[in-house]
Amino acid sequence: MSHKKFSWMTLSFVLVLVLALTACGGGVAETEDVEPADVTEATEAPEATEAPLAEGDQVEVFSWWTGGGEAAGLEAMIEVFAVEYPDIEFVNAAVAGGAGTNARAVLATRLQAGDPPDSWQGHAGQELIGTYVAANQLEPLNFLYEQEGWLEVMPETLIPLISQDGNIYSVPVNIHRANVLWYNPAILEANGIAVPTTLDEWFAAMDVLQGTDVIPLALGEQWTVMHLYETVMLASLGPDAYNGLWDGTTAWDSAEVLAALEDFERILAYTNADSSSLTWQDAAQLVVNGDAAFNVMGDWAEGYFRELGMEPNVDYGWAAVPGTGGTFQFLSDSFVLPVSAPHRDASIAWLTTAGSRAGQEAFNPVKGSICARTDCDPALFGVYLQSAMDDWASNIVVGSLTHGVVANDSWKVEIDNALGVFLAERNIEGFQAALTAACSSSGPCP
Amino acid sequence: MSRLKNKDTITSIALVAPSILAVGIFVYGFIAWSMRVSFSAWKGLLPDYTWVGLKNYIELFSDPRFWIDIRNTITFTSVFVIGSILLGLFLAVLLDQNLPGENFFRSLFLFPMAISFIVTGVVWRWLMNPATGTRISGFNQLFDAIGLDFLINTWHTTPRWGIAAIALAAIWQMSGFTMALYLGGLRSVPDELREAARVDGATELQIYRHIVLPMLNPVTLSALIILGHISLKVFDLIIAIAGKQLPLDVPAIYMWQATFDGYFFGRGAAIAILLLLAVSLLIIPYIIYNIRNEADL
Repeated sequence: MSHKKFSWMTLSFVLVLVLALTACGGGVAETEDVEPADVTEATEAPEATEAPLAEGDQVEVFSWWTGGGEAAGLEAMIEVFAVEYPDIEFVNAAVAGGAGTNARAVLATRLQAGDPPDSWQGHAGQELIGTYVAANQLEPLNFLYEQEGWLEVMPETLIPLISQDGNIYSVPVNIHRANVLWYNPAILEANGIAVPTTLDEWFAAMDVLQGTDVIPLALGEQWTVMHLYETVMLASLGPDAYNGLWDGTTAWDSAEVLAALEDFERILAYTNADSSSLTWQDAAQLVVNGDAAFNVMGDWAEGYFRELGMEPNVDYGWAAVPGTGGTFQFLSDSFVLPVSAPHRDASIAWLTTAGSRAGQEAFNPVKGSICARTDCDPALFGVYLQSAMDDWASNIVVGSLTHGVVANDSWKVEIDNALGVFLAERNIEGFQAALTAACSSSGPCP
Repeated sequence: MSRLKNKDTITSIALVAPSILAVGIFVYGFIAWSMRVSFSAWKGLLPDYTWVGLKNYIELFSDPRFWIDIRNTITFTSVFVIGSILLGLFLAVLLDQNLPGENFFRSLFLFPMAISFIVTGVVWRWLMNPATGTRISGFNQLFDAIGLDFLINTWHTTPRWGIAAIALAAIWQMSGFTMALYLGGLRSVPDELREAARVDGATELQIYRHIVLPMLNPVTLSALIILGHISLKVFDLIIAIAGKQLPLDVPAIYMWQATFDGYFFGRGAAIAILLLLAVSLLIIPYIIYNIRNEADL
């Protein structure tokens, strides 16, 4: 009898636990995307997006800058804004988590409900244009560019990449470079390798390393593979044909694209087998720790190396990804003007600060990126960023795929699917066919 | 009298109505809405309810990624459900031996269940680090240190079977729960039956084989259903261990990525409906079975 009683107690205990567990499920979703970097200073930025006081002019700016150098940079820019426009209250509507995934979902909900913030952050280029311009949510900013003289201080080749049909839709505040090859100078020296400048030199260098216990090329999880993929496409095709991929003038089923994909497949053979278990930080760290010779990552890796206490040109060196010298593959965070901004004048004031030299000089040294403007003071920046500033002012500018410049989100997800299937099955014809289909279904191809 | 009874009925309906209404709108209403979206061409930020029939479903079944998802789900479910049931049963039989410290071990085995899948995922991501050589860590380092080198492996980064390694983490988390279910079942086997068998000369093994295990069948069925539907919906554990990477993709991750990263609302809704169908195939027969059983009582 007592056994029977116990069994019912156990069962009801289990049931209660099940209920508690399901209840936890809802809470989990909130925290799962919060990366360690976001947690550090997340407490400083107000998370809520409540409408504040009714009186006075205000500007509500929506972003996913809630931690680290990003949040600190935003604070610095807000200070500049407060000096220039003391009458406008700045409302920081930042949403933490998931490198912006959470924020974009919240923004989508607010836009569908007809409650847009006064301005929001987005990756410059098609990520903004394909999503928000296509849904008629953004106002062109040509008037502001002309009024503030920004066309003279930003690279000429940048403007088409952030425009659609001649209309410019966002104000870039920072610039990162995607096509950077990081290397370990000591390993290259020990193996008698010069820094490669062409794909063939790079292959030859990695052939030398293949026999040693050094990993030739450090690679991380799937998005870093896409990052490598876009830089190899650029190296193999050159800037004109690469740009043509995104406006439909380079055919995805052409022989030159196949050749580029073969280069990419060949490069994958030099990478570490455990790539899918590494974050970009883990992969970059292999280079400075002496476990790997090369790594391809955007120049935020430089900020990470500094955090680790590494010396530029001693513990790590850099060059354009072989075959992409003279080309600056960029990505950028930018701010926009919504069609139905509740406080349009205040929003334009914010964008004016965001595009101004003072605003960008406040933001970028803290964030670890360079100004979108070419007239910022180089003395504010470190040795790597100074070299990036020189290249930004002189190189041909092309856009990054992984970071939202050249393809809209739907197209990018289709390409990511094709890439993932390729990584699993290594069928290069199937990969090219899937890329061709992706351009037809979500890109400009017929 | 009858007036009073009517009043009672009205009161009770009034009391239940809010929850019925809420469930109707927030569960069944949204299921219906998702179904409508899954038949639409909605792609992009703004809703587009253009009717496209089964197009989203047909496209899914010709999408190589979705087939990888199905394959992964089958592998994960098999390893996870079978592993949890076997381990749970084993632990329950151990605890049923009336040994000292039973309470302590019962709680110990149950505790993993109180942890969220995210925490489990983060910890197992460290444990299952596939690196070797100087960067070795986690299980591989342990195996290396105690001389079991042949056990060192690539865990979740193994091509094709990596998802089974993730099922190991899920087994760790849910086998305690299965143990509790079985322990309840074992304790409900009357001592008289065991004793009668002993009197007839049955060995302990025979008692388990012919008396106890058959009486645990209903528990096994419950465990199968509960674990099975958790397994079909698995999302957070994989995100915490591997992020959004295709070799370890499952339908729930594809649904999220299609909808919120790529704005393919139609496709995302189609995956949601297919997941719902898969779970219903498991749950509905079970509910019918339970209702019939209760009617018998």
